[in-house]
Amino acid sequence: MQKQAIFQSKLLPYALVAPQLAIVLIFFYWPALQAVIQSFLLQDAFGLSTSFVWFDNYLELFRERAYFEAILRTFFFSFAIAVSSLSFALLLAVMADKPLRGSMLYRTLLIWPYAVAPPVVGVLWIFMLHPSLGVLSRYLRALGIDWNPLLDGDQAAALIILAAAWKQISYNFLFFLAGLQSIPRSVIEAAAIDGARPMRRFWTVIFPLLSPTIFFLLVVNIVYAFFDTFGIIDTMTRGGPGKSTETLVYKVYTDGLLGGNLGSSAAQSVILMIMVIVLTGIQFRFVERKVTY
Amino acid sequence: MANVTLRSVRKTYPGGFEAIKGVDVDVGDGQFCVLVGPSGCGKSTLLRMVAGLETVTGGEIDIGGRVVNGIEPADRDIAMVFQNYALYPHMSVYNNMAYGLRNRGMAEAEIKTRVEEAARVLELSAMLERKPRQLSGGQRQRVAMGRAIVRQPKVFLFDEPLSNLDAKLRIAMRVEIRKLQRRLNTTSIYVTHDQLEAMTLADILVVMNGGQVEQVGNPLEIYEKPATTFVASFIGAPPMNLMSTRPEEIRSQLAGSNAADAGIVGIRPEDFVITDETPAGGVALPLTVEAIERVGAETFVYGSREQEDQRVAATPGELPPGEVIVRIPGTQAPAIGARIRVAAVRAKLHLFSGDGRKRIET
Repeated sequence: MQKQAIFQSKLLPYALVAPQLAIVLIFFYWPALQAVIQSFLLQDAFGLSTSFVWFDNYLELFRERAYFEAILRTFFFSFAIAVSSLSFALLLAVMADKPLRGSMLYRTLLIWPYAVAPPVVGVLWIFMLHPSLGVLSRYLRALGIDWNPLLDGDQAAALIILAAAWKQISYNFLFFLAGLQSIPRSVIEAAAIDGARPMRRFWTVIFPLLSPTIFFLLVVNIVYAFFDTFGIIDTMTRGGPGKSTETLVYKVYTDGLLGGNLGSSAAQSVILMIMVIVLTGIQFRFVERKVTY
Repeated sequence: MANVTLRSVRKTYPGGFEAIKGVDVDVGDGQFCVLVGPSGCGKSTLLRMVAGLETVTGGEIDIGGRVVNGIEPADRDIAMVFQNYALYPHMSVYNNMAYGLRNRGMAEAEIKTRVEEAARVLELSAMLERKPRQLSGGQRQRVAMGRAIVRQPKVFLFDEPLSNLDAKLRIAMRVEIRKLQRRLNTTSIYVTHDQLEAMTLADILVVMNGGQVEQVGNPLEIYEKPATTFVASFIGAPPMNLMSTRPEEIRSQLAGSNAADAGIVGIRPEDFVITDETPAGGVALPLTVEAIERVGAETFVYGSREQEDQRVAATPGELPPGEVIVRIPGTQAPAIGARIRVAAVRAKLHLFSGDGRKRIET
């Protein structure tokens, strides 16, 4: 069979891909290029004059202590969100994989949170855990915990991690369930006959066979925690109290749009862009190799 | 070393479907038992019940004098070879075989001895470090066997282990399995839908149909004296010719004996000879040759009878009504369209009741 399409005219193939190319160029490359250019510029406080300053914005950034703190905080958040949502999703998937009555219902319900938009997730958790409005806050205080995420930075961080991880559980659950179901039943039965108890069966057979899925989800979750938690942070804490929940992406927003420092904000965007390219690169390399066990 | 006894074993699924309708089988110590039947007859379910992978809803399964109904697969001291081999894809061949031993807390030195011995027997010594995906189908099959034998279990269970192999390899592995089982002298239960595999491997053959045992016995005994028309047509290839005794043509030939009660008469293709004589008490049929298959050592003649009869009890591999297969030496070959006359002697007739459920001895 002929795999390559044959075109009579040389222009037709270009014309066919042109709309897609136009979208990519206008909506992705153009803003990205703007960000790169902007990151080399410095504006005065009133936006009246702009000067080209080479890498000054970047150098300024690296001298700033707050930036390093934001990097560390973002890594910590990513790690905490990825680990907690992955492990909880795996636990749920293992449970839902069992032949239970009404398992289809559980599965469907567990997928629902994925359809909730990040800012809505933030609002939901605020309603539960707001120090004065929150339903759960009362119980926490009854337990003797001085719960006030509006004042306590660590509690605010915990709140963000909780909400962000909760939202990602559905997505991870879906992939884990599919992963679990693709493991041949007979392999698990063979392990059972081979004398492995359920826990040992899980750690020596099921978990290693899920490792490609786990790796894929790890990268996806890190990217999610880096970039998609903006809506949650913005509705719940606005980066505060202090800067205790300000991630790299949120800092781009506060420095640029609130602080008016467009040059620095653009430089931060470019650094984030490089990070995401690296992460995607890692993912593609491993996904293409497919088998990691 | 153990015998396996099934006492009126039943399996009813929650939906009410009865997969196994009371099976009694006794497999002696060191014997090779083959469960054979068409797909959906419950043979795999029965094997999985012995393994402990399916619950038993009635009756008892006894391995080595211990009722194992409620016992976990791991504690039944059995090993199973699966149809798709079920190797652990992330483990090397060595670790695949060692896994079951490690789970039982065996010393690493002893594991090494056992795995290397099994690998030597199965000619896998050069592949111990490979992963299953780097092996051919036959090699994977042998690793699955190795995983079973290193454990030195009381019973081997085989669930259609050869059905994923090509024809040539299947025959080679069949012989291997038989030799290995003889040498280890381990009680084995083997499930297959291939009657040839069943005939060649079994000490005891269990022919199953619709969740029930049709016949249990020595393979040749079953071949020579099938208890029902189902067994008669399932065991033996090409299948036995089964004909209604109603047409006058046949009835008159069978007259004057207990054969008169029979509703169905069966004759194996090889028991016919082309002759003009009519053996006393036997059956002679005039046929028109419809097709011929020459396979070298023998020739199969597909003939049609002049007198059509209605279908006899439905059985697998059943011939269309009025068609008869005759096996003759490969040196002969009647022309297509020729009219021949075939006959079988009295001793070669198999007589069954009209519903095909009962054999009538002559």
